[in-house]
Amino acid sequence: MKRAFPILAILTAVLLSYGLYGALISAPTEQTMGDVQRIFYYHVPSAWTAFTLFFLNLVASIVYLGRRNPKADALALASAEVGVVFCTVVLVTGPIWARPVWGIWWTWDLRLTLTLVLWLIYVSYLVLRRFSSSGQTPVLAAVLAIFGALDVPLVYFSIWFFRTQHPQPVIGGGGSIDPRMLHILLINWAAFSCFATLVCWSRYHLEILSREVEEAQALESLVVESPR
Amino acid sequence: MSSSGITRATLAKDLRLEWRSKDAINAMLFFALLVVVIFSFSFDPTAEESRRIAGGLVWVAFLFAAVVALNQTWARELRNQVLDAYRVSPAPPNSLFLAKAVGNFIFVTVLEALMTPLFIVFYNLRALGPAYQLFVVAALGTWALVVNGTFFAAMSVRTRSREIMLPLLLFPITIPALLAMVEATSSILTGEFSARFWIVLLVAYDVVFTMASLFLFELVLQAE
Repeated sequence: MKRAFPILAILTAVLLSYGLYGALISAPTEQTMGDVQRIFYYHVPSAWTAFTLFFLNLVASIVYLGRRNPKADALALASAEVGVVFCTVVLVTGPIWARPVWGIWWTWDLRLTLTLVLWLIYVSYLVLRRFSSSGQTPVLAAVLAIFGALDVPLVYFSIWFFRTQHPQPVIGGGGSIDPRMLHILLINWAAFSCFATLVCWSRYHLEILSREVEEAQALESLVVESPR
Repeated sequence: MSSSGITRATLAKDLRLEWRSKDAINAMLFFALLVVVIFSFSFDPTAEESRRIAGGLVWVAFLFAAVVALNQTWARELRNQVLDAYRVSPAPPNSLFLAKAVGNFIFVTVLEALMTPLFIVFYNLRALGPAYQLFVVAALGTWALVVNGTFFAAMSVRTRSREIMLPLLLFPITIPALLAMVEATSSILTGEFSARFWIVLLVAYDVVFTMASLFLFELVLQAE
């Protein structure tokens, strides 16, 4: 496992640089939107990565509640943190793209709102982890993750209906995607997934180590105090 | 004692406590009153406008006020380690949870019953749609707030700075329910749309989160 880490790091670096070259230089310029469309190669892969990480968090939380394995909890924490970062990227790049294309920064569109609500839920998840005392954090956080997951379909249907009642904003036409664009999108998606795995892995490892240090310190203070 | 007996006993105890101290209801009422007055000042709407925005104002005011009561739910049990006593007692956790949720439901319903006339006066409201549906929306919406609120209050009571923690946990999850309550109320007041979809959504929300709370409450209560 230890040897896989540098290999993954190199792979990530290669994919990210190739993806950057593809997104900024080799991809054809979009007909109506122009160069601003190139943000798409970062926006969409970030979204996919964030959703994958949130899903991973849910699975890890359920595994934790079932098996009470601290490693599952560390994985849940790492995936939630990295997921929030990628979700933030989505929420920042979205308006930057929307402003020149739709003429507005933000609209209460289905996907935008769903992403925002997910972001809010996972930020509250991280706040809960920060504020609860260490012993009960894993259980409370895992329970909140399940509540958040249950909320997603309800948010989806509510926004879906909310939008069908109200006027739709002007959305850049659908149409089919150029195969060269799709190719670069997929490269970037692979790059972002590798990058997320890399960061998640480091964060997970860090969490395990810091817990070991904490335990060792607690043990040490017991050992030192007992002879007195 | 049967589990419904435990529910009834706990509920009666909470109601009696509230009846004698009137802590939660007074704080909620005054808080909601302040929200109504401040909103009324800052928007100064005409009758037509207020019909459109009233749904949002009413439910945001009730949501904020409900947090006051919800925060007290479990904090009250921390004194003299009552919560620890519950934990070691053989009483099923779900009957305790149900008692607390029903208690909060009663408090918030009383608040709504007292505040609604004020809203009608301040905002000059009259429903153009089927007004009886407002009662259905109020009951379902209040339960949606209260069932999640009681659950998250049990979580936030275990954290540092618990009074701030509850809204931080509750509000994101409540977004679909709040949207449904607001949209249903606005549709009924303006009479432009049918509120049926929103009522169905509220029923779904209530069922999903009541089941989830009953299923997971024991874990939260016993979390060490």
